[in-house]
Amino acid sequence: MATQVETSGWTRDQMAQRAAKELKDGYYVNLGIGIPTLVANHVPEGMTVTLQSENGMLGIGPFPFEDEVDPDLINAGKQTISELPQSSYFDSATSFAMIRGGHIDLAVLGGMEVSQDGDLANWMVPGKMIKGMGGAMDLVAGVKKIIVVMEHVSKNGDAKFIPECTLPLTGKNVVDMIITDLAVFQRPDHDSPFRLIELAPGVTAEEVRERTTAAYEQ
Amino acid sequence: MQKIYPNARAALDGLLFDGMTIAAGGFGLCGIPERLIDAIQTAGVKGLIIASNNAGIDNEGLGKLLRTRQVKKMISSYVGENKEFERQFLAHELEVEFCPQGTLAERMRAGGAGIPGFYTKTGFGTQVAEGKEVKSFDGEDYILERGIFADLSVVKGWKADESGNLMFRKTARNFNLPAATCGKVCVAEVEEIVPVGSLDPDCIHLPSIYVKRLILGAPYDKKIEFKTVREREMA
Repeated sequence: MATQVETSGWTRDQMAQRAAKELKDGYYVNLGIGIPTLVANHVPEGMTVTLQSENGMLGIGPFPFEDEVDPDLINAGKQTISELPQSSYFDSATSFAMIRGGHIDLAVLGGMEVSQDGDLANWMVPGKMIKGMGGAMDLVAGVKKIIVVMEHVSKNGDAKFIPECTLPLTGKNVVDMIITDLAVFQRPDHDSPFRLIELAPGVTAEEVRERTTAAYEQ
Repeated sequence: MQKIYPNARAALDGLLFDGMTIAAGGFGLCGIPERLIDAIQTAGVKGLIIASNNAGIDNEGLGKLLRTRQVKKMISSYVGENKEFERQFLAHELEVEFCPQGTLAERMRAGGAGIPGFYTKTGFGTQVAEGKEVKSFDGEDYILERGIFADLSVVKGWKADESGNLMFRKTARNFNLPAATCGKVCVAEVEEIVPVGSLDPDCIHLPSIYVKRLILGAPYDKKIEFKTVREREMA
């Protein structure tokens, strides 16, 4: 992983920790694969947050102990997990009715590109990555609040928060908050521009400006 | 009416033909109808159009039918972790219709419920929307998606009674339920078949009306794609 940035900033785990600050008591939350999954480790003490797995489960438990591993119990990333006393199971159509029907409070997803108008691209690199969108298009279309967690720049140093996405879109005008290793951007609604609301320790607003091509408020 | 067949080959007898559309249950390798997939492979039918969330992995699940070049087109949401799939796709030997996961589940559910199309926000403004009707409801834009009407459904359940009532286990339910409803004929394989009256009618996930043919597929050697565990703290 390209975690070596010249400036200081947040690690992957610290980005997840920052995203966890957006959790609220009673929330039903869907976490994407990668850094978003780490958010589960930072749910504040005393807060009840129920995690949804789009393959058909509410109430995801921690990874199982070796002797509890069950091939019939996996998360959307196909990793073995465990259940909680309050867990429930359901089929994929019911699962996505929850997602598309606006019943999930928050989704945290990874991103390849986010545009200044809140478009998200995270499912395909033409000619290179052929995997598919999975449930990402449903999540961005139906979940009340969308947080994208991603490195601020690509491995080549290119900006990822940009004027217009160059990759095929996952959703148009869907992102509410962006958390990178350098900063946090937020907008109050889908008609407003993003605003830089927080800097990672040791990072200056100028550094963020230099590594961002999207227009945003400061 | 005897629904129980001695094996997968017998259960699929007379149902398979070239160019048919098959809806398959499963998520990754979890809850896949592996006995029925094996029997489809042995039968050798070709030019298949398969609606399934995933395409298996190399030589597991539907990956077996890709290897034998029996599949013409996949309708799927996620096809990672499958080199043979990638090779055939890049060589234009295999058609793929990428379908968002929730849209795929709903297309199966809709097909099973006699609904030929529905509007959804999912995919609006993306390449998924290309060529599809857009309609505005209360100021929001939606795209028209079609229900899936398959010739055959193949699913994997946990327990069935002799009449075909089915229960699934944990996250192995996934696409098995909507897939079971959208085929003209549904063939199910299960881990255990129990006498009628043994299952609580309040706990049936898939009522018997959908299950036309049934086989006992056990014993199963269930595969895990990514085994993740935590350590027990030392006492």
